[in-house]
Amino acid sequence: MTESLLQLKHLSFAFPDKLVLKDLNYDLKRGEFLSIVGENGVGKTTLMRLILQELKPTSGTLRFIPNRQAVPVGYVPQFRNIDAEYPLSIQDFVGLNFAKIGVPWLTSKERQRVNKILAETKLFDIRRRPLGQASGGEKQKAYLAQSLLDKPSLLILDESTASLDPVAKTELLDLVKQINQEQQLTVIFVTHDIPLARHYADHYLFLTPGQYEAGNISELTNEKVGEMNDA
Amino acid sequence: MLSYPFMQNAYMAGTLIAIISGIMGVFVIARNMSFLTHTLSEIGFAGAAFGIFMGWQPLNGMLLFTTISSIGVGELGAKSSRRENSITAISALAIGLGILFLSLADSNASYATGILFGSVIGISRANVVQMVILSVSVLVVVMVIYRYLKFDSFDPVGAQVKGLWTRTLSVVFLVLLAFSVSVAAQIVGSLLIFILLTLPAAAAKYFAHTVGKMINVAVAFSLIGVWLGLYLSYVTNWPVSFFIAVIEVIFYFSALVYQRIRA
Ligand SMILES: Nc1ncnc2c1ncn2[C@@H]1O[C@H](COP(=O)(O)OP(=O)(O)OP(=O)(O)O)[C@@H](O)[C@H]1O
Ligand SMILES: [Mg+2]
Repeated sequence: MTESLLQLKHLSFAFPDKLVLKDLNYDLKRGEFLSIVGENGVGKTTLMRLILQELKPTSGTLRFIPNRQAVPVGYVPQFRNIDAEYPLSIQDFVGLNFAKIGVPWLTSKERQRVNKILAETKLFDIRRRPLGQASGGEKQKAYLAQSLLDKPSLLILDESTASLDPVAKTELLDLVKQINQEQQLTVIFVTHDIPLARHYADHYLFLTPGQYEAGNISELTNEKVGEMNDA
Repeated sequence: MLSYPFMQNAYMAGTLIAIISGIMGVFVIARNMSFLTHTLSEIGFAGAAFGIFMGWQPLNGMLLFTTISSIGVGELGAKSSRRENSITAISALAIGLGILFLSLADSNASYATGILFGSVIGISRANVVQMVILSVSVLVVVMVIYRYLKFDSFDPVGAQVKGLWTRTLSVVFLVLLAFSVSVAAQIVGSLLIFILLTLPAAAAKYFAHTVGKMINVAVAFSLIGVWLGLYLSYVTNWPVSFFIAVIEVIFYFSALVYQRIRA
């Protein structure tokens, strides 16, 4: 677990009217489960967008090892516009991630993979239900299933468990943890839930305005984080 | 009825149009582009009128105008909130230009109504050949990029995360749409082309829950509309686009009612 996957060096980012991240350094290792915490608006999602290269650093660098192409990333974003009329079934939605040049329909091997991931995320029984009619928790699981479909090396969960009930939360994170341990999946878990972070993560990155602190997850306490705005 | 060459041509062209519209329509609906499709058809009208003014085939004028503007719209950016207003402005300009070109060209009024409302008798075998070539090109490109198009249309957030070349995809899609609009306008007319490109797919959404099945249902709805519309038009001598419009609207509202009953 000493091989680096992603190195942030002196990373800073500012929106035109606002400095969000300042001189951030972090060396993310392969197989690490990192929890990112910090109050609303501190820049967690912005950091994820930098990692996804949707945004470019204002200064400093962000480097995937050996390179970005060699590190497939799965991302379960904080927001997604799936309305009640969204027509695709959960199964078809998950299968969207097999996006490459090829026959229009999924091959039997690909369908097997979809079914396997549906079973793992406990969605198999409701796979034919339109995603628009699924509950918030079922939707989150479908997003997770989609992002795991093509076996990413890095999985980013941006408050993906916030709307889940305690049982669903545990189920989802147990699954992620299992893949993390068995297949060395590197996980970045953005959350406001400190006990949850303590239970699953190895390390934490605590963002505060203009500063940050990183360390072993056992050092992350409620006292340190203080009053979090929401749970 | 099918012993008349013009009806044979109309049925061949109509079948192609229905297939293309059904397929493209599913993506138009998923990408929320009904409004833009409407505008493209008005631009198509201006293009056709320009073609007549220049002494070309109207279809060629249409292709020219719709293709150029689809690339332009792609450049406007997919999410800009200004886009809707810009599109309205472009529509207005297109209709104005269309009227101007038509009045400058020394053609009779039936040409104009043909472009606007479509016509059954106006389609020659050479037209059909050109439409086949265009439609097949659209189909081939859609087949090749199908999985990308599906991801980007039905889950733009996921596609973006995956690093798909979403900007390029949306320009390619708009060019395909420009071709489809131009082909389809030959029978349905530019005023009503957006009907075939939106309503069958909008209705299909309530009956099918995979992209493949939605395409099948949408193609079926538009085929029924076109075939039945051509037949009724032949029998009554009323405009074909009237029948197609009515049939597709019936499908759409039936789908809504079906949805209500099930819910
Ligand atoms: N596109 C943007 N343009 C300008 N400012 C932005 C933009 N996106 C975010 N911001 C600002 O950057 C700051 C960081 O936002 P970000 O979404 O990263 O916060 P966050 O830590 O994810 O918060 P939350 O816990 O609420 O999800 C906020 O002050 C936000 O208002
Ligand atoms: Mg956020």
